[in-house]
Formats: sequence, structure tokens, C-alpha cells
Amino acid sequence: MAANNFRHALFCAIITLIISYPIIGFNLEAQGIDVTLTGADASTIVMVLLAAVIVFLFQMFREQIMGGLKSLPHPLPQSSKEPMAENRRAKIESWVLTGIVVLALFWPFFVSRGAVDLATLVLIYIMLALGLNVVVGLAGLLDLGYVAFYAVGAYTFALLSQYVGISFWLALPIGALLAALFGLVLGFPVLRLRGDYLAIVTLGFGEIIRILLNNWTTLTGGPNGIGGIPDPTLFGMEFGRRVKEEGNTSFHETFGIAYSGEHKVIFLYLIALVLAVFTALVIRRFMRMPVGRAWEALREDEIAARSLGLSRTAVKLSAFTIGAFFAGFAGTVFASKQGFISPESFVFLESAIILAIVVLGGMGSQIGVVLAAIAVTILPELAREFSEYRMLIFGAAMVLMMVWRPQGLMPMRRIHIELKRQE
Amino acid sequence: MLEVQNLSMRFGGLLAVDEVSLDVQEHEIVSIIGPNGAGKTTVFNCMSGFYKPTGGKILFEGKEVQGKPDYKISRLGMVRTFQHVRLFSQMTVVENLLVAQHRHLNTNLISGLLKTPNYREREQKSLDRAAYWLDRVGLLDLANREAGNLAYGQQRRLEIARCMVTEPKLLMLDEPAAGLNPAETKELNQLIVSLKEDYNVSVVLIEHDMSLVMDISDRINVINQGRPLASGTPEEIRQNDDVIKAYLGEA
Ligand SMILES: Nc1ncnc2c1ncn2[C@@H]1O[C@H](COP(=O)(O)OP(=O)(O)OP(=O)(O)O)[C@@H](O)[C@H]1O
Ligand SMILES: [Mg+2]
Repeated sequence: MAANNFRHALFCAIITLIISYPIIGFNLEAQGIDVTLTGADASTIVMVLLAAVIVFLFQMFREQIMGGLKSLPHPLPQSSKEPMAENRRAKIESWVLTGIVVLALFWPFFVSRGAVDLATLVLIYIMLALGLNVVVGLAGLLDLGYVAFYAVGAYTFALLSQYVGISFWLALPIGALLAALFGLVLGFPVLRLRGDYLAIVTLGFGEIIRILLNNWTTLTGGPNGIGGIPDPTLFGMEFGRRVKEEGNTSFHETFGIAYSGEHKVIFLYLIALVLAVFTALVIRRFMRMPVGRAWEALREDEIAARSLGLSRTAVKLSAFTIGAFFAGFAGTVFASKQGFISPESFVFLESAIILAIVVLGGMGSQIGVVLAAIAVTILPELAREFSEYRMLIFGAAMVLMMVWRPQGLMPMRRIHIELKRQE
Repeated sequence: MLEVQNLSMRFGGLLAVDEVSLDVQEHEIVSIIGPNGAGKTTVFNCMSGFYKPTGGKILFEGKEVQGKPDYKISRLGMVRTFQHVRLFSQMTVVENLLVAQHRHLNTNLISGLLKTPNYREREQKSLDRAAYWLDRVGLLDLANREAGNLAYGQQRRLEIARCMVTEPKLLMLDEPAAGLNPAETKELNQLIVSLKEDYNVSVVLIEHDMSLVMDISDRINVINQGRPLASGTPEEIRQNDDVIKAYLGEA
């Protein structure tokens, strides 16, 4: 056992050395037009060796370390308590949720513009994560290219506004429907695949869309992106200082108040809030409908589900399409918020972040997803100086999660339909 | 209503089912028996579309169904249970029955989102049907429990109820009595007979419990090592020398 451990640990340490030494230990330096290879300085090499030693020690004493981690006091002690009575819990939950939404409605009027802007971003992530939750959490399909549908929504609005001059409110349903259509078309060939294969293929599709956007310069402007995307209007009232569109009035003049850039930010925030609540409610409803049960049934036991007449393709496709629909929604809001989009915003990292929110939040749980979206978006902003280490912290957090609470912050509470006895 | 002609199924070098034929008429309980590994479950898997048979024909109500996808066969009205119970164990008992009625409730998404009167009516109907069958198999009190928490015998009955809410014409039961105690087996016996008598469902039954098989079967097919050994009424099978030899040889 010990000898086995030692061999394994040694192997891991050597692999660490083989991988990290060439990457970190050498530097390419440009001198004029020539490139020369120089060795890194002594301290870097010491660090690499140190890393190898740490890997060795960790692998050697892995059992003890992981055991120690597990026996640490539980971070959320109340999670092991007896669950409350079902209907009481549901009542409290709906009150709390209503309270949060009401608070969220008034909150932006008392805080800074930057905070509201950030909150809008959080809401966009909430929409994305709730949508991906349908695909990953409920239907159990690992989709690593979810950001593609987000991009479709955003680019639909950007392109239509540039070429056709469409408004935000019209773009919202079009962007979402187009994203859903993409989901349907892309989903059809790939959903036959299972597990890992599905993950890889969706990852590929996500990248294809991004590369397409990057290279189709005549249409999308390539890496330069598309700017001048209009802000949403409120019944024909614009939020800019001057009215851009014929026939529109401006918000501050209509109400006879001084112009302020904050109006627009708050308005966008409120739109995002309403859409996020809408998304949450619609998906909640889906979970109690036959489609929702079909997703879960297929995830739990595909063979049994099929033996009862559920078509695997149709059920998976519905989850994929509905997930894409909400990504398109979020994409439109994002394009409007930024006023400018480029393929930069739709890299794989985004898919990874959205997926991390779903996993952190507890697959299938809506409140958990909301909390995780807040944590994942706001924490890096608070700790700006750590931003270089953001992915590292992220990874570490995920590993810790898997050890401590594999079911997520708020494990899924199934929303289920009850059979009431008619006496 | 069902006719299986010269069904063969080969897994690589293993001929698990070799030219098996059987037929089921309306209002009939037909059993398939045979020693372990005889190929009984494989016959079921071919009939229900889980495997594409390598030879032979399967006719259901006159139409060829071999090689059709499983969910389509199930929609035609041939529904099965599994040798090892397969429930949606994290869902509640009643939800298991609602999933099975997916097709009956399959309205479009919009009417479900808006809870139109038509949608509600259908939802209520499927809840009623679920309640009816839960009552029928004695699980009504457990309707809102998680299916995975039921006792084994209850899970078996829930699986049968789950098939019945799809309103099948032909029910295929793979060893429904396995793991049941004598009292439960007796209840199962009555249930299966009642499915035939009161609900006009034909049943194909795989079972090792000989007293159950002999008691309720109208006809019995015996297979041994993938090959058909004998078929006939329970009385004929009981006196068939080949069958006695095969079973004695095994024991
Ligand atoms: N998917 C498969 N791939 C390869 N071999 C298989 C497969 N399914 C079944 N077999 C083989 O086919 C033979 C028949 O198996 P089957 O499960 O049909 O037997 P059975 O009559 O149902 O037995 P039991 O009474 O134990 O349930 C066995 O030898 C089994 O190993
Ligand atoms: Mg079997």
C-alpha cells in the first residue's frame, strides 16, 4: 500500500516537473526580430521544484489530507437538521422570495450607479444559469457550449438594430426565438450522444459559433464587434440626453426632471429583474408540467422512461431548446446593457462560469442558482487585486465543494405535484 | 394479437435466442418459463424494442414491429416491466404514474404555462387515473412518498400500476413475483387475473414461481438455452418429458 502510494506520488511529481518546467522554466525573448530562448532565473526554478515536492507530498498523504478535510466541521450546520414540514417550508420560501423581489425593486434607488450596473450583470447571469439549469440540472445533459446561444441572442439584437433599426422590445422575443431555433437545429444531431461525448461536441459547437462571429467580418465586424446598440425605451421614451430616433420623446423631458445617466442604468436593471423573475417563474411552472417530469424521468432512468413511450430525442431536444431560449433572452439584455458586443464576450470561459454557477448552486435548485450567481459575479469584483488568481480560486472552490457539499449550496428540492385526497 | 415468428438474437458468438416462436391471443395470459440464462429476458427485450433482433418477425395486431424503437412500440400498447425494478426513485409515487401518462397529457407548452381550463381538466384526469390505479394496487396512502423509499413489494406493484395507466393492450411482466413473500405473491396472482378479466389486457409473463405460472397461465412456452423446448397448456407442460428432464437436469 505504502509502496504503491510512493510510486504513484513520485509519478505525479515527475509529471508536474515535465509539464511545468518547459512552460515556466523557459522564456521566449524578442530581440529585434529574433526570438531567443533563455532559461528562467533561479527563483522560478526553485518554485517549480517546490511545486513538484508539494504534489509529491499531497499524493503521498492524500488519504489523510482528504480524510481531514471531510472531518472538518460542516460549514452549514443547519443543513443536517430535520427538514421542515413540506407545506410550511413552501410557504416560507415563497414569502422570502417575494420579499427579495420587492427589495430588489427599490434597492437601486439608494445605491451607486456602479452597484446597479453590477447587479444587472448578476441578473443576466441568473437568467443564463436558470436556463442552463434546465439542460444540465433537470435534463442531465452536460452542455459546455451554452454561451453560443447567449451569443446568438446578443448578435441577433446587434445585427437587427444595425441593419434594420429594430428596437429592444422587438429584439427580445426574436433573439430568444432565434436562439431556441439554434438550440433545436444544433441539438438534433448531437443529442444522440451521451455524457462525455455530448460535452465535447457542445464545447465544439460553442467555439464554432464564436469563431464564425470572429471571422465573418463583413456581417459581424469580426473582432471589432458591433457598437451603437440602442438602449431599451419605455413606451417610446428614450433615456439618453438627446432623442436619437424620430418620433420618440426623452424620459427626463417628459417627466420634467433633470437628465441623469442613472435613469438608464436603473431602467435596464429593472428590465433585467423582471426578465429574471419571469424566467424563474416560467421554469418553475415547467417543472410541474409534463415536460418537466419527462426531463427528470429521462435523467433518472432513461430505459424506464423509454419503455413508457417517452421519446429520448424529443424530450432532450425540448430541454435544449428551452435552455437556449432563455440564453437568447439574456443575450439581448446583455447587448443592450453593453451597447457594444464582440466575440470576446462569448468565450468558453463564460460557459464555464455559467456551469459553475449551476453546480455551485445545486443542480436543479433555483434559489441556490440565484445565490451562486451573486457569489460568482460579485466576489471577483470585491477582490479586484486577486483577479489574476480568479480562475485558481474558482477551481479551488469547486474542488472544495465536491469534497464538502457535492449536492451544491442548496441541493435541489423537487417541486412536485401532490395527490390530494377528495373525501 | 401478438405473434413472434422464429425470433433469433445473437450477441457476438452467443446465440441467446434461437428461433423462438410464440403467440398471444386477446384475453390470454401466456407464460415464458425456462432455467436461468435461457434467454427469456432477451425475448422480452426484442419484443419491446430494446434490442433489434438478428432474425425473425414480431407482429403486433398484424403489423411488423421488430426493430422499431422502444418508445414507439410502447405507444402501440405493448408495455413491459423489468426484472430489476426500474422506478423513477427520486420522484413521488404519483409522479411516477404521471410520467407514464405523458402522452395523454401532452398538451402544448403554452396551454400548460397559462393553465388553460383544458389543460387543468387533462391534468385532473391523469391525477384521477393515477389515484384509481394506486388504489387498485393498494398504494393510495403512499401517493406522495418518494418512490425509492417504498418496500420492495410495493415497488413491484407500483411498476405494474405505472404500466397500466398507459392503458396498454398487452402487458409484459418480467419475473413480477421475484422477491415477494407468499402473501404478496397471492395478491399479485389476483391482480394479474383481474387485469385480464376486468381490464381486458393480455399478459405475457416470465416467472420462476411455478405455482403462480401453473395457476394463472392459459398457455406456457418453455425455452432452454435459447431454443424452444415445449409449449402448451399448463397440464400438457406439467407432463412433458423434455420439460421435466430440463428442470430436473438443472436441479
Ligand atoms: N446485452 C447482452 N450482451 C451479451 N450477452 C447477453 C446480453 N443480454 C443477455 N445476454 C446473454 O444471453 C443469455 C440469456 O440471458 P437472459 O437474460 O435473456 O436470460 P433469462 O432467461 O432472462 O435468465 P434469468 O432467468 O436469469 O433472468 C445469457 O447467457 C446472457 O448472458
Ligand atoms: Mg431474465
